[in-house]
Amino acid sequence: MDASVFQIIWFVLWGVLWAVYFMLDGFVLGTGFLSTFLAQDDTEKRVLINAVGPVWDGNEVWLLTAGGATFAAFPTTYALMFSNLYSALILLLFSLIVRGVSFEFRGKLDNAVWRGAWDKAILVSSFLPALLFGVAFGNIFKGIPMRNDFAAINFTYEGSLIGLLNPYGLITGVLFVLLFAVHGALYISLKTTGDLSSRAAGLTNKAWPALLAVAVAFLGYTYPATKLYDNFLKTPILLIIPLIAVASLVLVKVFAAKGQNGTAFTFSCLTIVFVVFTGVTGLFPNLIPSSLDPASNLTIYNSSSSPLTLKIMTVVALIFVPIVISYKIWVYRIFREPVTGKDVLASPEAY
Amino acid sequence: MNVLTLSQLQFAATCMFHWIFVPLTLGLSVMTAVMETRYVRTGDETWLRMTKFWGKLFLINFALGVVTGITMEFQFGLNWAEYSRYVGDIFGAPLAIEATLAFFMESVFIGVWIFGWQKVSKKVHAASIWLAAIGTNLSALWILLANAWMQKPVGFVIRNGRAEMNDFLALVTNPYGWIKFSHALLSGYALAAFVIMGVSAWHLLRKNETDFFIRSFKMAAVWGLVASLGVALSGDFHAVEIAKVQPTKFAAMESVWETKKNAGMSLLLIPDAKNERNSVETLTIPGMLSFLAFKDTAGEVKGLKDFPKELRPPVTPTFLSFRLMVGLGTFMILASLAGVFLSRKENFVDNRPYLLLMTIAIPAPYLAQQFGWLVAELGRQPWIVYGVLKTSDAVSKSITTTQVAVSLIGFTVLYGVLGAIDFFLLAKYAKKGPDSDLSHIINAQGRG
Ligand code: HDD
Ligand code: HEM
Ligand code: HEM
Repeated sequence: MDASVFQIIWFVLWGVLWAVYFMLDGFVLGTGFLSTFLAQDDTEKRVLINAVGPVWDGNEVWLLTAGGATFAAFPTTYALMFSNLYSALILLLFSLIVRGVSFEFRGKLDNAVWRGAWDKAILVSSFLPALLFGVAFGNIFKGIPMRNDFAAINFTYEGSLIGLLNPYGLITGVLFVLLFAVHGALYISLKTTGDLSSRAAGLTNKAWPALLAVAVAFLGYTYPATKLYDNFLKTPILLIIPLIAVASLVLVKVFAAKGQNGTAFTFSCLTIVFVVFTGVTGLFPNLIPSSLDPASNLTIYNSSSSPLTLKIMTVVALIFVPIVISYKIWVYRIFREPVTGKDVLASPEAY
Repeated sequence: MNVLTLSQLQFAATCMFHWIFVPLTLGLSVMTAVMETRYVRTGDETWLRMTKFWGKLFLINFALGVVTGITMEFQFGLNWAEYSRYVGDIFGAPLAIEATLAFFMESVFIGVWIFGWQKVSKKVHAASIWLAAIGTNLSALWILLANAWMQKPVGFVIRNGRAEMNDFLALVTNPYGWIKFSHALLSGYALAAFVIMGVSAWHLLRKNETDFFIRSFKMAAVWGLVASLGVALSGDFHAVEIAKVQPTKFAAMESVWETKKNAGMSLLLIPDAKNERNSVETLTIPGMLSFLAFKDTAGEVKGLKDFPKELRPPVTPTFLSFRLMVGLGTFMILASLAGVFLSRKENFVDNRPYLLLMTIAIPAPYLAQQFGWLVAELGRQPWIVYGVLKTSDAVSKSITTTQVAVSLIGFTVLYGVLGAIDFFLLAKYAKKGPDSDLSHIINAQGRG
């Protein structure tokens, strides 16, 4: 096979890994920052933490895999993406570190001050990644101010942390926060019972109009702010992707209003996946465009690994990703029952 | 300080911090799995209580291992962008494979293990800790193969202004990597054994739960002895391999300045790096060093003076770290050997001096671990990839001193706080001792 076939395969996998990561960690992050508003006492807090407890780490590994795959398949992109966005990503890293330990540490002492402190930690460390991922992806869609001379191996960056907080970056950040809020609220409504579950369902219905408004603003603003629509205008059949995103978003509300939260959750998964696919399809064949000059764009051609590495990685992915997916499905089935206050109180193993 | 120095400091600090938690995870996951398997086989509830008690410590430790690992995954791009671009073609692959193969397995099955006590059968539950343990051990394999590639680069060509892979099998079968893997894995098992022995000894000094802790101690003493012997053996293989492929590191480990055949090993030696000599060098065993390195007393050991100054690693810290690691390793062999015999005696709980020694010996394997990495990484300097890329050429160009200074301070504060909390919790739960009432599990899983 032609080397560029593998570059395209890895571009697709790159998009899929990010999409799956946002779909899975999205509800964990959402549950994390909503827990402050939805839970009314310590037991409800614990119910929420335990609702994500068995799966959060496995979900976060999709991020590690997306990062590792970028490193292996597109090393130049990995290098420049992380070093150019250094400060924002350090902040993201710190949040993810705090979030991970909060779940484990909170329940280890039976003390109101201790638990209250970790509750604040969970709020901040779940909210920030949602926002920062959005801001980072908004800026990637828009292009970042870098000048890359691939022949001379000379790369420079002209941006700053404040520069990332431009209106388009921010609106993408808000979009991510709201997507994860609705997604998380639906997850909570499914994984808990009684009053807590109905409060979460109520929150979905309240947050949805805001999400719709921001989504429309985002889609509109994308036209002047980015070049994402070029590919769609060139190949109109691709418009099916953003259409699925929008249709799923509408169906979330339709089913949530009927109280069919399981179906609504499925559509909110689809919404997230297709929002990411929309962005990634618009980028192709760029991974990260430059806002200064198109010759500096990081593309699948100028930033990828050698054909041999791509082939080996393809074989590894083809064998192991299906295995991973099957045992993950098995685990979601084991833990499919909603978590109740009674369960949490009766099992000392719970968080 | 410049970006390079700050990035080196940050990398060393975050690595060494990650490595505080990793070895205990490697060892304790396997030992907990063995305990649970014995419970499933025999139905003896003491094994279940052991699984729960040591497993709890394992989980508190695991939490920090996981979150500090995320940092590791992203630092190559953050601070070492030139490195990542230059060697990503070959170095990125094991990292990505590690995530797909090992991290998923470990994190998913740990979830089943923590939350599944009342949801899955006994056998499935025991299988889940085995799968998590295998996952952690596999992750060590891949990351160490990656690190070994930096120590002994194989299977690549320089093409298109970077190192490109041309032989994946060479990367996977790199002898340096497999030696590293056995050494690091066994050292993790040894560390976990010493933690179990130390905590058990603390309780035995107080005569708490003596049956429980004598049984734990006996198991750990055997593990500790076998693993410590294995650590020494694989360490010896390590040294032989280094003498072959990284002569500058070997010379620094032993502080050898002049090239000589039939080189001896001095038990007492103080390097004087400024004057390129050793200020003290006595109690020399003739021919020993040549024998260790080449299994032949006539072998020629290269001295540091044979290499230009700018290609030599920092000698004194490399030398000291190596000596201290080996010294601690020797202590561990003797202490666990004594443990195997003493713990079989009737009056073991009255042997207060030995129990006290084992309690205060808990830090010993931790120190040895850190010294080990210092040898490996300091000894490789100034190369980041030995003979291929210098550390000074590997650092990111688009980051500023302020950015790295701020992130370094951030890591120091954050890791300091989280580390303190984690140790506090570990100590608290270690002192609390095992739970006595496990009926909620036994009722859910069924008896016998
Ligand atoms: C996969 C690769 C890898 C792994 C597993 C480790 N290191 Fe490393 N280490 C490097 C790859 C590396 C490096 C990228 O090659 C560095 C960064 C800068 C440098 O000089 O080498 C380095 C530097 C470096 C330095 C600074 C050397 C200097 O600046 O002169 C120390 C002290 C350590 N490391 C220690 C450790 C410890 C304690 C580790 C245990 C977890 C560890 N390293 C794991
Ligand atoms: C620079 C190199 C390293 C990187 C990039 C790295 C990456 C990671 C990551 C991302 C995690 C979290 C996984 C999760 O979320 O479950 C992790 C945990 C872990 N890593 Fe590392 N790691 C490095 C060094 C090492 C080394 C050298 C070893 C072993 C020899 C190791 C062994 C482990 C183990 C056993 C865990 C499980 C959790 C724990 O430590 O308690 N890591 N690592
Ligand atoms: C008893 C004699 C020992 C010998 C001869 C020995 C030898 C070595 C050598 C030569 C290295 C350098 C590897 C390199 O440069 O790549 C090393 C590294 C290391 N050692 Fe040891 N060691 C011994 C004991 C120990 C003990 C007791 C521990 C911990 C409990 C330990 C933990 C480590 C670790 C974590 C590393 C870094 C990882 C690696 O390179 O494998 N060692 N050892």
